[in-house]
Amino acid sequence: MARVLINFAHPALEKSRVHAQLLRIIKNIPGITLNDLYEQYPDLDIDVTREQKLLEQHDIIFMQHPFYWYSAPAMVKQWLDLVLEHGWAYGHTGKALQGKYFGNIISAGGAEHSYQPDGHHGHTVHEFLLPFVQTARLCNMHYVAPFVLYGVHREDTSDIKEDAAELGQVLERLRGEKFDLTPLPGLNYLNQILQLPAQTR
Amino acid sequence: MDQHSLLFQAMVYLAAAIVFVPIAKKMGLGAVLGYLIAGIIIGPSLLGFIGREGEDIMHFAEFGVVMMLFLIGIELEPALLWRLRASILGLGGLQVILSSAAIAGIALLIGQPLNTSLALGMILSLSSTAIVLQTLNEKGWMGTAAGQSAFSVLLFQDIAVIPMLAIFPLLAGNAAPDTAAHTHSLRDNLPGWGQTLVVLGAVAVIIIAGRYLVRPLMRIIARTRVRELFTATALLMVVAIAVLMNLVGLSSALGAFLGGVVLANSEYRHELESDIEPFKGLLLGLFFIAVGASIDFRLIFEQPWLILGLVLGIMTLKGIVLLLLGKIFKLNTDQNLLFAFALADIGEFAFVLLSFTSQAHLMSTEMTAMMTAVVAISMALTPLIMLLYEKVIQPYFTRSEVSTEREADQINEKNPVIIAGFGRFGSMTGRFLRANGIHATILDLDSDRVDALHNLGIKVYYGDASRYDLLVAAGAADAKMLIIATDHPEQTRDIVKMAQRYFPHLQLLVRAENNEDTFELMDLGVLHIYRETVDTSLRVGVDALRMLGQRAYHSERAARTFFRQDERTLKGLSALRDDKKQYINSMKERIEEMEKLISSDRVKTWLDEGQGWDAETLRDEIRGEKEGEE
Repeated sequence: MARVLINFAHPALEKSRVHAQLLRIIKNIPGITLNDLYEQYPDLDIDVTREQKLLEQHDIIFMQHPFYWYSAPAMVKQWLDLVLEHGWAYGHTGKALQGKYFGNIISAGGAEHSYQPDGHHGHTVHEFLLPFVQTARLCNMHYVAPFVLYGVHREDTSDIKEDAAELGQVLERLRGEKFDLTPLPGLNYLNQILQLPAQTR
Repeated sequence: MDQHSLLFQAMVYLAAAIVFVPIAKKMGLGAVLGYLIAGIIIGPSLLGFIGREGEDIMHFAEFGVVMMLFLIGIELEPALLWRLRASILGLGGLQVILSSAAIAGIALLIGQPLNTSLALGMILSLSSTAIVLQTLNEKGWMGTAAGQSAFSVLLFQDIAVIPMLAIFPLLAGNAAPDTAAHTHSLRDNLPGWGQTLVVLGAVAVIIIAGRYLVRPLMRIIARTRVRELFTATALLMVVAIAVLMNLVGLSSALGAFLGGVVLANSEYRHELESDIEPFKGLLLGLFFIAVGASIDFRLIFEQPWLILGLVLGIMTLKGIVLLLLGKIFKLNTDQNLLFAFALADIGEFAFVLLSFTSQAHLMSTEMTAMMTAVVAISMALTPLIMLLYEKVIQPYFTRSEVSTEREADQINEKNPVIIAGFGRFGSMTGRFLRANGIHATILDLDSDRVDALHNLGIKVYYGDASRYDLLVAAGAADAKMLIIATDHPEQTRDIVKMAQRYFPHLQLLVRAENNEDTFELMDLGVLHIYRETVDTSLRVGVDALRMLGQRAYHSERAARTFFRQDERTLKGLSALRDDKKQYINSMKERIEEMEKLISSDRVKTWLDEGQGWDAETLRDEIRGEKEGEE
């Protein structure tokens, strides 16, 4: 059974519609570790030892955050900078994360068609996420396809609830017994695992 | 006394206080001396406005002392008593016993009968709680080793009056069989042991009433919700104790102290405290005025040398005993001197005890009158002696310690930071800097603390950082910054002025006590001002928000925003304040200030913080387009 860690970063969750809903679902799934970074480190003063220990204890690591300015809130950068230490996460002796799976769960304001070469934003979300992809590679992790909620600016409460339910199903599937993780990096979006057979191993 | 003259007297007293206390304060003499001078000037010896019946005034004014002791009693926490037990019993006990014995021995040598000598010894061994505590507080020395020791001794003395008053009837019984029943005291027709019994009975009444009567009474009063009834009750309590004590011929002050102690653990303690406090202040002032007025200059001029000799002799004797004790209890020389200087006087209880001894024929009337003058003069001298200590002796120690320090290690160490004051505030800053490899030169006025720090290998100068030579010795000329973390705003401002004048290159980081103090520092042009409790209060606020379910990050940001806003508003208020400097009505001003601060808090809606993370406007825009498309 895969152990899932969600490193969640939202500086203003009290005003969030989407992520608040996602958290409500996530908290109801047993066996998933939710690490609320802004709540844990309101002064951005990250406890590196604690974070590394958490990483060591899990197989699949997600960074969940709004897709601010084609990237993540400041906390995520701070987390990457401090936690993924040389000699621990990467480098000759840095093998602590080897073989783990790493991915993003993000919410974007624009619709999917706006994240196309000919769209409003000119690039796909996958292209924007390149730093995460390469970070995972450098740390000997597999980058799994991202879970993307598009067009959340237009969504109303029932849309958001649907999205959240879908994420719930994805997470349930991931931590399911005997679920084969190897095809994950090959997918376009993480939601697609719902189309894969439940037990592939 | 008809109403006219009563009002006239009140006017004279109040006017005298208002005229002389500010003058004395301005001249650096302190409030106590101001009151005393006021008393001397309006008293029978000079202007003669008051005091043809000196005892009357004293009797009335003694009530200030009564209230002070009530408050001292009520503020006495058992834990504090326990912590100070060694110095109270050891230091206090030895002081009373040794001083009494020394004085009684000398009295005996010059031919006084044994009982008179003993009475004199006991009376004169006491020191003035009112003057000493008031002066120590005023100068900010209460927290020093000497201050604490003095407090312990005064406490023991206050308690020691109980057995003294119980012993006096026995002494009197031996001396002169009672002939005149001229007072209305209950005890007069009783034999010595009976009187002692009555005294103990009265004490028991106070303890029992305090335990079992006051609490239900206060509960009833509280239920009426009439604010002034509390004040009335508190006053009634003190007055009732005084009346009871007078009835049995005891000191009301003592009874009040006892009453206070009994009530120290009651839940109405703070209520009682705040109700009595203003009366205490006024009456204590009156008491000091009365002491001043009661100095019988005619008597003094008749026998000036005898009286002066007595005063100086007794104070020197007491001083020597105190110095000896300070040595035994390991006070530093300068602290020991302060301790001895503070307690060498004779206390207000002496007046009470003296009036009793003359009634009981323990002493002749002339002798009582002379002793009263001696006591009053010694009390009047106390603030002066303390002033002498502050201006002459303390600087001497400051200099000498500095000079030895300088030879020791000034050459090889040039610290970029000087910290003035290493109490609970400065020590935190100092430790933090030290932990980060920044060494600071520390100046502190508490020699015991200085010694302790020396033992830890921290470079410390003992002394007053507002002194130029001390700052020089501390390396102010080469240092980068001066952190001023002293307890007392006035002292802080002195240091600021000194530093600005002679070391303008120093960055000043200054601790401020409150907003008022902050304004003063702003007026001096200080840029970095740190109000001492602001950060802690806001941390409490942050934790409170978090515990109420708000996000940690939001709470932290809200606190920082609030802090910045507060600082800004304060600066605005400071500018406003400059415009109307004439108008100083501090309480009213403070309320207005608070109103302005609070109303500026409301201007901001705290949840508006961090618009970028919310994008509500963006959402609205997109939804607008969407509707447009459809």
